[in-house]
Amino acid sequence: MSVAEIAPPAATPARVVRRAPPVHTEPAGVRIAIIAVALTFLALVIGLPLVLVFVQAFAKGWQAYVAALVDPDALAAIELTLIVAAISVALNLVFGLVASWCIAKFEFPGKSFLITLIDLPFSVSPVVAGLVFILLFGSQGLLGPFLQDNDIKIVFALPGIVLATVFVTFPFVARELIPLMQEQGTAEEEAAISLGASGLSTFFRVTLPNVKWALLYGVLLCNARAMGEFGAVSVVSGHIRGLTNTMPLQIEILYNEYQFAASFAVASLLALLALVTLCAKTLLEKRIAKDH
Amino acid sequence: MTIDVVGVSKRFKSFTALDNVSLHVRSGELVALLGPSGSGKTTLLRIIAGLDWPDAGEVRFDGEDALERTVRDRNVGFVFQHYALFRHLNVFENVAFGLRVRTGKDKVPDATIRAKVEELLHLVQIDWLADRYPGQLSGGQRQRVALARALAISPRVLLLDEPFGALDAKVRKELRRWLRQLHEELPVTSLLVTHDQEEALELADRVVVMGHGRIEQVGTPSEVYDNPATAFVHDFIGETLALPTDVRDGRLYAGDKPLALDSQGVADGPARLLARPHDVDLADPDAAPFAGRVLAVRTFGPTRRADIEIPGRNGPVVVEAAVPHQQDLPTGGLIGLVPRRYRVFNANA
Repeated sequence: MSVAEIAPPAATPARVVRRAPPVHTEPAGVRIAIIAVALTFLALVIGLPLVLVFVQAFAKGWQAYVAALVDPDALAAIELTLIVAAISVALNLVFGLVASWCIAKFEFPGKSFLITLIDLPFSVSPVVAGLVFILLFGSQGLLGPFLQDNDIKIVFALPGIVLATVFVTFPFVARELIPLMQEQGTAEEEAAISLGASGLSTFFRVTLPNVKWALLYGVLLCNARAMGEFGAVSVVSGHIRGLTNTMPLQIEILYNEYQFAASFAVASLLALLALVTLCAKTLLEKRIAKDH
Repeated sequence: MTIDVVGVSKRFKSFTALDNVSLHVRSGELVALLGPSGSGKTTLLRIIAGLDWPDAGEVRFDGEDALERTVRDRNVGFVFQHYALFRHLNVFENVAFGLRVRTGKDKVPDATIRAKVEELLHLVQIDWLADRYPGQLSGGQRQRVALARALAISPRVLLLDEPFGALDAKVRKELRRWLRQLHEELPVTSLLVTHDQEEALELADRVVVMGHGRIEQVGTPSEVYDNPATAFVHDFIGETLALPTDVRDGRLYAGDKPLALDSQGVADGPARLLARPHDVDLADPDAAPFAGRVLAVRTFGPTRRADIEIPGRNGPVVVEAAVPHQQDLPTGGLIGLVPRRYRVFNANA
């Protein structure tokens, strides 16, 4: 073989830039049109309403905005909402964690039924959920006479509101944890007990740390829903001003009384909560993706 | 520590995972449980560890009932098939786990934990990985962490479930040798589950061959290879050339042709004559007990193999015979097979 044959041919072009063939075949005009439709829809349905909430809230200026928020009834509604959310999120955190732990790590009869039961609040209208509690605990309800005899108030009071909220927000934590825990399996727990860890120690040292970000994610969604819940709470609260009105109920009352600025001032707080939740959710999703 | 398994049975719904299994493991031994998947070997290992409970039977450590102790109190080092490392803890904390969870009067001081973990990481040769997380390790490194973690509780029994299953061939061989050394250095009795016969034969003092929830044979690697107790063991370990025969009146027949071979006391009925390929000679088809047509000849490395189709009871069967390098074997031609060393088993057993 001669040297000339090995040497590269002199006429080879310096470099051929090969482009990856485009994955889309539509003309640019169509692509731009489709994107424009999507963006317009997004702006109209989500962006504009959000902006309007704040525009309306500040329609009468700063002073009116602050005045609407420090109004005793509004303050009471904010306080009640925070209390209800704190209690129901805490309860659902424990219930959800325990339920998903049972479902994901153990085999027992009736497991699929339990999973269906956890999903029930998603498929039942919140108003129906509220009515169920009236039927159970109301004065004409099943347990009504017993509760009245013992002077226990559930409906039209804090316990009723908490119950309704817990019911509606029950699936959030469990739904977030079950698939993750099932995917992780039980090998790490088995390793932990084979190394001498107790059941409780295994749970806190292995099971919980492995799901902590997903748990936080579930809590976040649960909290957002707990603060924003209207239907179920509306049925059981009795709308007692300054006493059993949560923020969504207070907003509705103010609106119905044509106090638009005040109504939107309170609403802006809920909108703010939504924005904060969204940011935290995005951060958490990144964190979860990084862990797996 | 000796391990005794006596008459252990375990069922999962309708599937019998273990059927009256008994086994004695001597102190300081390295025993391999070898069998195809579904043979019950992992179930047996998990029962010995205390991760599963038998339906019947006993497990004894040094003569003491182990079943009345939970996995927590058995002080058994268990290396899981996919390692099951704690993903949220770094290598150091993974190894330290077994010491950290001791509370009350068993609580281990921090300094002792640090010294012990460093010693173990040194032993498994991964000191430099202490701060890494499991997700950042290679398969071989994870396997070493899993072993160090299991050894941290100073177990007297070490149980390994397919320890090399997820590793590539080269790393596997290297770790195998290293594990054998480690076993020699430590005062442990080791039990290893594998479906890889080469691994079992090379690594273990004794091999327990399992099939369909039963122990087929227990013996040294050369015993199970050279003197398989059952047709299952013969088939499963090493290469096997199986020739269909019949036993009639205590004599061997190939079809209607009487054979000048020993029936080895097998009862009348259909039988299988099993031999290692290198124990079967090629010969003139008219003078040999078995004859067949050559379908193909393959050469790879030092071995040469021929597919030979011989008539059987239910149509022709293809066997793989060893061919000496100098021998010319035209495909399509007839060739005779003369087994020199063989075992005869009842075909229904």
